[in-house]
This record gives sequence, C-alpha cells and structure tokens, in this order.
Amino acid sequence: MAIEDLVPSEYSAGFITDVDSETIAPGLDESVVRFISAKKSEPGWLTDWRIKAYEYWRQQTPPTWAHVHFPEVDFEAISYYSAPKKAGEGPASLDDVDPELIRTYEKLGIPLHEQETLAGVEKKTPVAVDVVFDSVSITTTFKDKLAEAGVIFCPISEAVRSHPELVQKYLGSVVPQRDNFYAALNSAVFSDGSFVYIPQGVRCPMELSTYFRINAQNTGQFERTLIIAEKGSYVSYLEGCTAPMRDENQLHAAVVELIALEDAEIKYSTVQNWYPGDKNGKGGIYNFVTKRGACRGARSKISWTQVETGSAITWKYPSVVLRGDDSVGEFYSVALTNNYQQADTGTKMIHLGRNTRSTIISKGISAGKSQNSYRGLVRTSPAAHGARNYTQCDSLLIGSESGAHTFPYIENMNPNAIIEHEATTSKVSDDQLFLCQQRGIDPEKAVSMIVNGFCKDVFRELPMEFAVEAGKLLEVSLEGAVG
Amino acid sequence: MNLLEIQDLHVRVADQLILKGLNLTVEKGSVHAIMGPNGSGKSTLASVLAGKPGYEIESGEIFLDGELLNDVKPEVRAQRGVFLAFQYPVEIPGVSNMEFLKAALDNIAAARGNQPANTVEFMKQVRSIAKTLDLNPEFLKRGVNEGFSGGEKKRNEILQLLLLNPHLAVLDETDSGLDIDALQVVAGGINHYRNTDNGVLLITHYPRLLDHIVPDRVHVLADGVIVRSGDKTLALELEDKGYAWLTD
Ligand SMILES: Nc1ncnc2c1ncn2[C@@H]1O[C@H](COP(=O)(O)OP(=O)(O)O)[C@@H](O)[C@H]1O
Ligand SMILES: [Mg+2]
Repeated sequence: MAIEDLVPSEYSAGFITDVDSETIAPGLDESVVRFISAKKSEPGWLTDWRIKAYEYWRQQTPPTWAHVHFPEVDFEAISYYSAPKKAGEGPASLDDVDPELIRTYEKLGIPLHEQETLAGVEKKTPVAVDVVFDSVSITTTFKDKLAEAGVIFCPISEAVRSHPELVQKYLGSVVPQRDNFYAALNSAVFSDGSFVYIPQGVRCPMELSTYFRINAQNTGQFERTLIIAEKGSYVSYLEGCTAPMRDENQLHAAVVELIALEDAEIKYSTVQNWYPGDKNGKGGIYNFVTKRGACRGARSKISWTQVETGSAITWKYPSVVLRGDDSVGEFYSVALTNNYQQADTGTKMIHLGRNTRSTIISKGISAGKSQNSYRGLVRTSPAAHGARNYTQCDSLLIGSESGAHTFPYIENMNPNAIIEHEATTSKVSDDQLFLCQQRGIDPEKAVSMIVNGFCKDVFRELPMEFAVEAGKLLEVSLEGAVG
Repeated sequence: MNLLEIQDLHVRVADQLILKGLNLTVEKGSVHAIMGPNGSGKSTLASVLAGKPGYEIESGEIFLDGELLNDVKPEVRAQRGVFLAFQYPVEIPGVSNMEFLKAALDNIAAARGNQPANTVEFMKQVRSIAKTLDLNPEFLKRGVNEGFSGGEKKRNEILQLLLLNPHLAVLDETDSGLDIDALQVVAGGINHYRNTDNGVLLITHYPRLLDHIVPDRVHVLADGVIVRSGDKTLALELEDKGYAWLTD
C-alpha cells in the first residue's frame, strides 16, 4: 500500500438545486453594474460608488504573483447576477422561500427554522444564520431576538436601505474599491452578503453565521460582508460555503471588512468547502477573496480562523491592520489541498499602533498532486513601538507528488519590534502509517487522525460545533489520499 | 492447533533475498526466542509477520491459528491478534498517546464486532498499566512517542501490548538500549502478558533478557535460516561462545 495511490474524494455538497432563477446574460459593462444596483433599489451614492469601482477594474489586469496556475478567466463569460424567483416582493419570510431551497439547506445541514440546530450537533445556544443563495440572501434567522440586544444582522442589501449612514460610513473603509483587481470587481458587482452591527458595550447573545451557496451555472458569486463592532462589544461570526459539482470553473470573489473600535473584539471563523474540482482537476471554484479587519480602537482584537478544504484555487489573505494601541490580530489557518487543488493563502499583519501584537499559526496540508503555499506579511511602522509578532508555519505532505511552499515577508521599520518566525515541513511517513495499521487502524483513518493532530492548534480556536464539523470535513477531503 | 506456523518462508526486500527458507512453529502458551547476529534477518521476520509493505513473500506460508496470513492487510492482521513491538518505534507528533491507544482499541473492537470501550474505564486502565511500567501519566498526553527517550519508547510498546492483549506478540529487540531497572520492568510486563492461550516471539540480540523471561525454545537465525534450535540452555551456550561457532 503506497500513499501515492489516489482515488477521487467524495464531495457531498455537490448536488444542484432545480429552482426557477432570474439570471442576467453573461458579460460585464456599466449597464450590468446599473442593473444590479437598480435590482437592489440602491441610493445614488452607492450606484456611483460601484461605477467608480467598475471603471478602475476595467483598466486593470488580474494579479499574477500568487503561486497558482490556471487558464485566464473570461470575465465576459460570467453572469453577474442570479437570484431564485420569489413568489412576491416584500420582506422574505420563510413562507415565501421556495420549498426546494429549504430542502437544499436541510441536505446541507443548515437550519432555516429557528428551533433547529447546526448539522445535527446538540447545542445549548442557537446560531443565527443569514443564508445567501447565488446573488441574494434567502432568509436571516433570529433577527428579532438579536434586535432586542440592539444587534443588527441582516443582508447587506437590506442594510443599505435600513441603515444607510452606517453602510456609507464604513463600506470600503477597510478594503477600498481600488485595493486589488478582485476587490474592485466585487465593489462593482457585489450582490449580497451579511451586515453586522454590534452596539457599544454589547456582547452579541449568540453566534452569527452566514451560509453561502453557489447554485446557478456560469455565475459568479460576489458577496460583501461588513461587520462593525462598536466600543467594548464582542461578536463571533461563522461563515460556511458550498457549491454543486460542475465541470466548468466558477468564480467567487468576495470582500469582507471588519471594524473593531476601542476594546471591541471580533472573532471571524470560516469553513470553506467550495467544490474543489474532480480528481483530474476538472471544474471547481476559483476562490479569490479579500478579507481584512481594522483594529481601529485601542485594545481592540480581531481574530481570523479559517479551515480551507475546498475550491480549485484559493487566493486569500485575511489580514489585520493594527492601528489602535495595544490592539491584537490573530490568524489561525488550516488549508488542505488534494488532487489538483492549488492554494495560496496567508495573512498580513500591519502594525501601526504601539504595543500591537499579532499571532499567525498556519497549517498547510498537501496531498495528491496539489500545491499549497503560505504567503504572509508582517509589517511594523516606525511608530509601532513594542510591536510583537509570532508566526508559526507548518506544512504536512502526504505522498510525494504534492508541493508545500512558504513565502514569509517581513518589513520591520521599528527597531524595538520583536518578530519571530518558525517553520516546519513534515511528511506523513510510510512508517507512521504502518505503525497505525499494526495497531489495527486502517490507513485512511490513520491519515485523518494524523492530519487532525497536526491541525489541533487551529481547531482549538473554532467554536465547538464547527471544530467537530471541520474534523469531519478534513476526513472527507482526504478521502483517497491513501490507497 | 498451533498458534503460528511458518513453512519454508522466502522473503525479498528491495530485490534482495533475506529470508531463505525459514520454518518455525509456535504453540499456544509458549515463548520462542529468536537470536542471531546483526543482519541475520530477525527484524525482517518480524516485519513480514506484521505484513509490512515492501516485504515480499516469494514463497512459503504463514499461518495464524491455521489461517493463511500471506495476503492479509496489516491492519486486519492486527485485528486478528498479531502484535509487533517495534525495534525503532516512530513518532507521530500531534496525535496524543491516549487518543492513539483509544483509536487502536476501538478499531480492533469494531473489527471483531464489539462495542468501543467506555472512555472513563479505558483511561483508568491505561493509567494503571502505565503505572506498572513506571511510565509517568503525563506521557499519555504527549504525541505518540514524541520526545520519548529510547527506554520510554520501549516501555510504551509494552504498554500497548498489555492494553491490546493480542494473540501473538512479536517483540523485536524490546530489550535493547534498556538499563537493568528498565529491563526488569519490561520483562515484568511481558511475563504479565503471558498466558496459556497466547504466544510470544521474542527477538533479541542479547541472551541477558532470557534471564528474566524464560523461553520454551531458543532458535538461532543466521543468513535467513534457522541454523540451530534448542531449549533455554542454548541461550547460555550462546552467552559463552557467541554466534561464530554456529555460522561458520
Ligand atoms: N528495508 C530494507 N531495505 C534493504 N535492505 C534491508 C531492509 N531491511 C533489511 N534489510 C537487509 O536485510 C538484512 C536483514 O536485516 P534485518 O532483518 O534488519 O536483520 P536483524 O534484525 O537480524 O539485524 C540486512 O542485510 C539488511 O541490510
Ligand atoms: Mg533488527
């Protein structure tokens, strides 16, 4: 039995929902941007904001510095808006939702009814969910309960109408329209996503989560998430995503912006399980995402935890700008690639304030013929006296045909800063597998046990029920990594 | 029926013939010592019994309880009761010993159609075995063999032997690298494991282990075949004369 022998992995979320959708013709020009804006009854400032982004994007070319290889994306072949048709207009209550959609989420283990729980796991506290299907939000649960605490949790398209002053103040304030090619594209055509506002001093009474699903063919998904934590507030937010199995590649270019004011804390967890393509590398999602948090206030804290198992290509660097004195940024990541998947992921920690601290723990697992890169930047400004960073970056190879790469960048402009970097690369050895087998454990279980052990430091950071999910997900994603 | 029956076994490793017609019978309730100079094929025999990939049986048969073992997967052999204490136990960082032991026990139980062990009972049992082997319970929380000294690794192998309680124990130089106190602890563990229903294949380079574990038979392996078998007095003879008189 050699570790090299590969068989396809099973992607259980790969089914297609047969639902009547309104989808615009492929291609992108100003009229498409205006169409999307009109569809969402947006105010003029936002339409203009989108157009500006579009005009910038039009003049740009996609970045090529990441360690990923794929045929050029034909942006004219993508449809930029698709939404399941609703029975009527007006606020979406669950009764308005196509039963086919409800069944879709049941199959995926996502509760649309408030009394239910996540993926069959017993929970004491419920989770509020915003559910985004292609370009629109289907429903948001527990809205009333959250409103009692003053928490706003709604689709961003709704927030544009109900809380325009907040959206206008913060949208693009962390990730500007011109940040990068995909962020500009997203700014022009973003469809839906979640908006979260936690008022001063409020500890959000439950976990918030958004579940993204791509269903329609040849459509891109461009969601936009904005989370604002006022002084002394706290929120834990989870994000999950899946897509059907299709032979064509599909584009997902999201932007997430987090703002933490004085003493506020945002914990953002992602379990990314977009369709990774088949065992020969056909199909799968191109996941080109810009996620950034701003620790604006003193002693604020932003923590990113991600478990990335899906997507054909991942290009993603959840980052933290540490402006407030004594603010804290964290990045905990597990990125697993199998078959022909490629991931180039990591973080940026930008230290601007005094005594700012950041921690980066990255665990990359490469199996099959996949390529897995960590790319991370730690920068300290001249003013960031007493800044500290600790980076630990571990790679685990399964088999001998996969690649692991590490690209750490350090730009230290403060002589007082302390920056530590540790990196290891290890391999699941035949001897380790044989030891497990000799103790009665089959090789697939053995690999999953070894990989789970390798990821322990990151899983610890996930909310309980997600940690269980993540463990299971790794097992599924690794199926076939040993034969 | 004999516990283990090896008939005319020829084994090839990396295109080199290592075992060249080995015959051996182990009865239930007995301890057979395998001795011999370095490179004679002792570890190869242990590996092939456990089904290690890369150890190709060219001809001959291995029977466990009368059933042919030649093409059985390693994990299935383990589930049927073959246990190998490794000469050089490998480390598995990140997987705690406790977790590893539970996975082993549960997988073997499942293969036999039994329920997994109760976690609390299991932990009690593991801790009490660790105590008899002078292993600090803190070791159980660490990664499998991670940062263990040579002696600790060997004691950890015996801990697994006592916990999994296999049918046939193949112990590959479990005594090497142990000081006299550790040797006594390990020997005590092996003696505790022995009963009338199981068997031990005790591979050792040094006759001194046999002062602590009295074998029923002693075999000398040289260049891939057994060149001499006898009772425990053969071990004493080897201590006096070395191996050269047998292999020349
Ligand atoms: N994996 C291997 N690849 C190549 N040769 C091996 C391998 N394992 C053992 N050998 C060779 O087989 C012979 C027997 O080795 P081994 O069984 O380890 O002997 P012992 O345990 O008696 O010292 C030696 O010549 C050794 O070099
Ligand atoms: Mg040996």
